[in-house]
Amino acid sequence: MTRQMTGARMVVQALKDQGVDTVFGYPGGAVLPIYDEIFQQNDIRHILVRHEQGAVHAAEGYARATGKVGVALVTSGPGATNAVTGLTDALLDSIPIVVLSGQVPTFMIGSDAFQEADTVGITRPCTKHNWLAKETESLADTIHQAFHVARSGRPGPVLVDIPKDVQFASAEYTPPQAINTSRYQPQLKGDIEAITELVEALEKAERPVFYTGGGVINSGPGASQLLRELVDATGIPITSTLMGLGAYPASGKNWLGMLGMHGLYEANMAMHDCDLMINIGARFDDRITGLVSAFSPGSIKAHVDIDPSSIHKNIRVDIPIVGDVGHVLEDILKIWKARGRKTNKAAIAKWQEQVSEWRAVDCLSFKQEGKTIKPQYALHRLEALTKDMDRYITTEVGQHQMWAAQYLRFEDPNRWMTSGGLGTMGYGVPASIGVQMAHRDSLVINVAGEASWLMNMQEMGTAVQFRLPVKQFILNNERLGMVRQWQELLHGERYSHSWSEALPDFVKLAEAFGCKGIRCDDPDDLDEAIKEMLAYDGPVIFDCLVEKHENCFPMIPSGKPHNEMLLGEASTDGAIEAGGAVLV
Amino acid sequence: MAALKIKKGSTKHSAYNLRPNFSDVQETHTLAVTVDNEPGVLARVIGLFSGRGYNIESLTVAEVDHLGHQSRITIVTKGTPQVIEQIKAQLGRIVPVHEVHDLTVEGPAVERELGLFKVFGEGDKRIEALRLAEIFRANVVDSTLESFVFEITGAPEKIDAFADLMRPLGLVEVARTGVAALSRGAA
Ligand SMILES: Cc1ncc(C[n+]2csc(CCOP(=O)(O)OP(=O)(O)O)c2C)c(N)n1
Ligand SMILES: [Mg+2]
Repeated sequence: MTRQMTGARMVVQALKDQGVDTVFGYPGGAVLPIYDEIFQQNDIRHILVRHEQGAVHAAEGYARATGKVGVALVTSGPGATNAVTGLTDALLDSIPIVVLSGQVPTFMIGSDAFQEADTVGITRPCTKHNWLAKETESLADTIHQAFHVARSGRPGPVLVDIPKDVQFASAEYTPPQAINTSRYQPQLKGDIEAITELVEALEKAERPVFYTGGGVINSGPGASQLLRELVDATGIPITSTLMGLGAYPASGKNWLGMLGMHGLYEANMAMHDCDLMINIGARFDDRITGLVSAFSPGSIKAHVDIDPSSIHKNIRVDIPIVGDVGHVLEDILKIWKARGRKTNKAAIAKWQEQVSEWRAVDCLSFKQEGKTIKPQYALHRLEALTKDMDRYITTEVGQHQMWAAQYLRFEDPNRWMTSGGLGTMGYGVPASIGVQMAHRDSLVINVAGEASWLMNMQEMGTAVQFRLPVKQFILNNERLGMVRQWQELLHGERYSHSWSEALPDFVKLAEAFGCKGIRCDDPDDLDEAIKEMLAYDGPVIFDCLVEKHENCFPMIPSGKPHNEMLLGEASTDGAIEAGGAVLV
Repeated sequence: MAALKIKKGSTKHSAYNLRPNFSDVQETHTLAVTVDNEPGVLARVIGLFSGRGYNIESLTVAEVDHLGHQSRITIVTKGTPQVIEQIKAQLGRIVPVHEVHDLTVEGPAVERELGLFKVFGEGDKRIEALRLAEIFRANVVDSTLESFVFEITGAPEKIDAFADLMRPLGLVEVARTGVAALSRGAA
């Protein structure tokens, strides 16, 4: 049976056939036919955001919390340009999303028509791939392709630009093919010889460490399971990037904590001193490596990544393995077991002792004294009061984000959504909305800084409209704290434009939005205030006034190796040399 | 590190050359890239080079398979071996890219370029230009009483050499196609 329909109806049909239940969007002239179709059906929920950047971050949050592809719908021109930050964010963090944008009709393209922008041109470098759908005949197939590309291989954002005449015209609908015939089929299985080589290295290693990243999460929950099995069977310590938190449980006995610029002492020291580094689904990002020439100088490095371009990009490795993390982990386990489950037990026991010594430094210790809440204390209490709940955390970008990564503990994958690669202030509020849409009954908390939070605070309207009980936990230091910290350490304490002045009254703001506002500025009241936030059935804006000049430690200053970490205020003098200041 | 005996940069079999021996020497490589002939594909390739700061010394593109909608892009680029490997891997990531071949390392290849040279002159200079053109097997494709247009094909170095010789003889305009290249032999 052939099914004739308009392009606009095809869009909705294709989304349904791709299993989409939620679309985050904002209407405008160039997508009116699609909105008309959305109006006339009930299978797909449309969440009206307040700004297109919010739609894309919400789609990202939804994708990260479900493992499914997130979807956003925006109009032409300004709608599409507002989506650019979200697309770039998803590209850098490898998050699968499909953005559908309206475009002026094909016969007006190139005429500087009203709300015309070269969307495909603008978004080419910030998508994994994009399409201008010029004909209704191939529109459905293009959308199916878009989903395939977004979720296959290294996931990422894609965009389909749909001119308005293509939405109005009719053609035959192409359903998704049962077997994917797309030419785009990234390699999933790793090279067995290289995997065997890795297993041989693992059997002999005296000071091995697993360094894992977002690739484990992207590979699906099965990959996290396999990782746990491998780590626990071998007894090898494991650290993770910001993106990979939750793949291995924070309560696991081999857990070192996060590594990198604000990573834990034990994690960074283990990376520096190891003799075998097994990188699984991470990309040797500059926040991780510090000074490249001094990065883990004595180690053999293995790197498992689905993207061949990640291999040798920043760090030359000895055992490269291109493949999907889940597939490769399965083969590693299989081969390791078949060869007799060997490890260098005596040496690893000694290595674990060394790790325990580093742990004993207790790099995250802090003292809550006096009447001002320390941000670390606030997160420590938030953790204590929510750790047994069905909890999802999003964050904004800044010191609060790093503290959240340090002080909150993640037991499972897909529970932690933060803008890692792009570091996008304004990510957290819309992301929390996307997560809450996916998990209506779960606790969703956005750990925010006051400055970041203001960047997309309009989305509180979305939360109220759709009854999404997101908790906005703002660590309010009245500072662009992370910027202030760098100015203190690098720019002679000249605090150029790094304070938040004329801040709104967050409690009144909450009331204005129709949600609940809570303020807390006394450590003795904090637990009660957090409990009040958790008990409230609806969105909450929690203004937690914290110490204004707290710095985030440990810190590897730019241009320094891992073993020259700063642990606290006492050790910062002259820590960063002129050469480091040029780095970001 | 005594316990581990893996030779750095050792082995082995992979679809990609993942174990190159990196040096800091700048090398010139000719890459042949097969792509779907669809709108924007050239922009993706060029955008990759500009966005990531790679060099393009020469770039040619044309459809080579009309029925299969495929084009071939030949790129001459320069970089350290590590950068060249990155370029290939990054090209391979572009969705409409089918294959990336490094003709410089995958055995011998032929490289040809076509150049058109307009040379203005009278008397001895004109005769000398014609004589040199013959030596270089360049064809005269247009002529007036005081000018020639020569067409020359060959390796880029040959065309460079011809340009150097024509300059003092009244060279006024040059058009070059950039390099097209194929591997030698049956494979
Ligand atoms: C969109 C954007 N603009 C600027 C920056 C640079 N930046 C990084 S952290 C930061 C300060 C964030 O302040 P706040 O949200 O209050 O968090 P805090 O560091 O105080 O916890 C800034 C300006 C950024 N990451 N993103
Ligand atoms: Mg702040």
